Amino acid sequence: MMALDQNGKRIFKVVGTRPPRPDGIDKVTGRALYGADVAAPGMLVGRILRSPHAHAEIVAIDTSAAVALEGVKAVVTGTDFAPQADPTLRDIQENCMARGKALYDGHAVAAVAATTAAIARAALKLIKVSYKPLPHVTDVDQAMRAEAPVVQAGRALESVPAGTPDNVTHRCEFGHGDLAAGFARADLIVTRSFTTAATHQGYIEPHACLASMTADGKGDLWCCTQGQFNVRTICAALLGIEASQLRVTASEIGGGFGGKTSVFIEPVALALARRAGRPVKIVMTRDEVFRATGPTVSTSIDVRIGVTKAGRITAGEAELRYSGGAFACPTVELGAQAAFAAYDLEAVRTIGWNVLTNRPKEAAFRAPGAPAAIYAVECVIDEACQRLGLDPLEVRLINAARKGTRSSYGPTFDDIGLLATLNAAKAHPHYRAPLAPGQGRGLSAGFWFNFGGNTCVSLNVNTDGTVGVTEGNPDIGGSRAAISQMAAEELGIPYDKVRTMIADTASLGYNDVTDGSRVTFAVGLATIKAAQDAIRKMCARAAKIWGIDPDAVEWVDGAAVPAGPNAGKFPPMTLAEIAALSFKTGGPIAGHHEFNADGAGVSFGVHLCDVEVDPETGATRVLRYTVFQDAGRAVHPSYVEGQMQGGAAQGIGWALNEEYIYGSDGRLQNPGFLDYRVPVASDLPMIETVILEIPNPGHPYGVRGVGETSIVPPLAAVSNAVSRAIGVRMNRLPMSPPRVLAAIDAKG
Amino acid sequence: MVTVTIWGSLRALTDGRATLEVEASTFKQLLDRLVRDYPGLRPQIERGVSLAVDGRIYREAWFTPIKPDSEVVLMPYMTGG
Repeated sequence: MMALDQNGKRIFKVVGTRPPRPDGIDKVTGRALYGADVAAPGMLVGRILRSPHAHAEIVAIDTSAAVALEGVKAVVTGTDFAPQADPTLRDIQENCMARGKALYDGHAVAAVAATTAAIARAALKLIKVSYKPLPHVTDVDQAMRAEAPVVQAGRALESVPAGTPDNVTHRCEFGHGDLAAGFARADLIVTRSFTTAATHQGYIEPHACLASMTADGKGDLWCCTQGQFNVRTICAALLGIEASQLRVTASEIGGGFGGKTSVFIEPVALALARRAGRPVKIVMTRDEVFRATGPTVSTSIDVRIGVTKAGRITAGEAELRYSGGAFACPTVELGAQAAFAAYDLEAVRTIGWNVLTNRPKEAAFRAPGAPAAIYAVECVIDEACQRLGLDPLEVRLINAARKGTRSSYGPTFDDIGLLATLNAAKAHPHYRAPLAPGQGRGLSAGFWFNFGGNTCVSLNVNTDGTVGVTEGNPDIGGSRAAISQMAAEELGIPYDKVRTMIADTASLGYNDVTDGSRVTFAVGLATIKAAQDAIRKMCARAAKIWGIDPDAVEWVDGAAVPAGPNAGKFPPMTLAEIAALSFKTGGPIAGHHEFNADGAGVSFGVHLCDVEVDPETGATRVLRYTVFQDAGRAVHPSYVEGQMQGGAAQGIGWALNEEYIYGSDGRLQNPGFLDYRVPVASDLPMIETVILEIPNPGHPYGVRGVGETSIVPPLAAVSNAVSRAIGVRMNRLPMSPPRVLAAIDAKG
Repeated sequence: MVTVTIWGSLRALTDGRATLEVEASTFKQLLDRLVRDYPGLRPQIERGVSLAVDGRIYREAWFTPIKPDSEVVLMPYMTGG
């Protein structure tokens, strides 16, 4: 039974506190085992040969000299993988190892396993690949033209109209209402076009794995991933083995942010291990991470909005052109749904296209698709506010989606937190703080869906009164602490009596990938249900000991107690006392829960950004940054704040510096952190955070996903700040110093 | 009967209709009837869809109950990062 305050709200004892992170000591002392830290006896070194061409036919591959080199134990190419009928698996496989064509600079074409790294590198040089270079295209708008080089033909879905250029794979459309009537009611119509660059998730730990395949077909794979079960599903299919024969263990993860939700090297390592009969370890170099794993989409977006003099948006429309690289990519569907989701609009329409380019296959990155779309919309709203002389925050309050709003993507919103988030920003000192000449303040709202998904949790009550929670999602943002807190809260025991571990794929039922801001919500919910399952069993044990009906026992503050005076008079039996007697009262006690979670609840954020632009260099300095986010119940507020700060930092980098730069030869020119410039601590002010705890009705504690929303608003918040600081509307990301300087110079 | 709102680009596969009337009381029944009545939707439904029922979004949850007066919106399959 939960304790309630006078208003009927639950009083939490553990949830909402800030215990030390359980992985902290291992990480700061270097004991944590990341993907590259795993080793096995007889292990070989795997290396991958990559295409130097942006687009080329692979005429022939001669591996004979490499195979003959002493110390080389296995060589594989694309033909060593069986063709896949399923389009998703086919694309993953062809991305891991090219078949017929190299589709981008860095595309894998062959791999070797050798006894040393030096021999493996020498072997790669002995592989002779005959390429026939083909024309390439890396720009999304150019790739949509009829005369563009065709990256892959025949990839269009049924939604793409006949006669559309071959590189177009997806078309989607969302919205409702009468656009013409809406624009007719407007006093001002603003139309603008924007581009955003592909950016990398920028995780510090490169992809790494160790694969082992025995002669009888049993496989083991250790890797850094956001989802070991998904890795198992994909690798088992690509290798043609049954799921039960492949055990995948997730290492500690040195950042993922969506980029480790797929596979790149894991099937290759397994294929090499199977051929060599020895374990094979592959660790990507930073160059490989940039050239051959998934950045986010590059985009080109047109937006038009109509606004009255009073600031009411009468209509909004957008056309979004996304490229997810050389393979079909549905991310534009998410962008097209999210673009106007923050607003209550009578007339709205978005049209999205995905276009193939000779770039690496897109991988997810926090709120995939939403940042670019919302950047374009929020910049146009800000321009309308400037032109009409309106306060940008008041205009957003006037138009904000709220309970009962029909969202731009279809469903009607229930309780949502955008208004509260905007009001918190309005009331914050940051919004009224004075600015000096050359400085500007930008504002943006943001939105993300969040979801739940397939989840399985076991909770074991140990005989010493401690509890172990076994869950199946790698901890990329503090989930082990949050899950332990929720288990402790539900069981009524101290936090330090609970330890949460992450299971391999042989030890627990299937869990979806750690993505969609789902883990604290869905795994937390499963943990609460598993705890309730264990509580039922502990109450039954107490009832047996007392000789009363199990229904006459309830759980209060970590102990079984008689449920009222008629149940009998017995002193409370604590969890530790029941656990200590468990072998005598029926055996071990465990709780379990598995489900496909729903009810995650959407999330909104509002960001305020102050910048100063150096008119001599075009360099932008972020002076002050505040994040306001509807986070639902903040289970561990420090982690929630960390998510809000981390997303903001990544979004600031996206806005100011980060981009994949391709030369005229179609090759990536900046595959390293020296030339691909992510913000570092000295680049940023302390990012302030304001958590709005608007409970999610879909979770018993009110928990809502928080990991992704924070990367959505920064692109426009920074862009609007820079635009106001220099007096020119910026419409291209990143706003690197040369581009800002050019805009200042063009203004005259 | 349940009224299902579909997203705009699917209208080309439903004779231009933006809302569809379907006899269904669960997510699975609804998908089956949509495929039966509008075969052009089959590829999209087989690739995966989400369903918003009274504002709550579900993925692959076949037995989610749907009431006749529920607001039902077909959506692309949700993913995240």
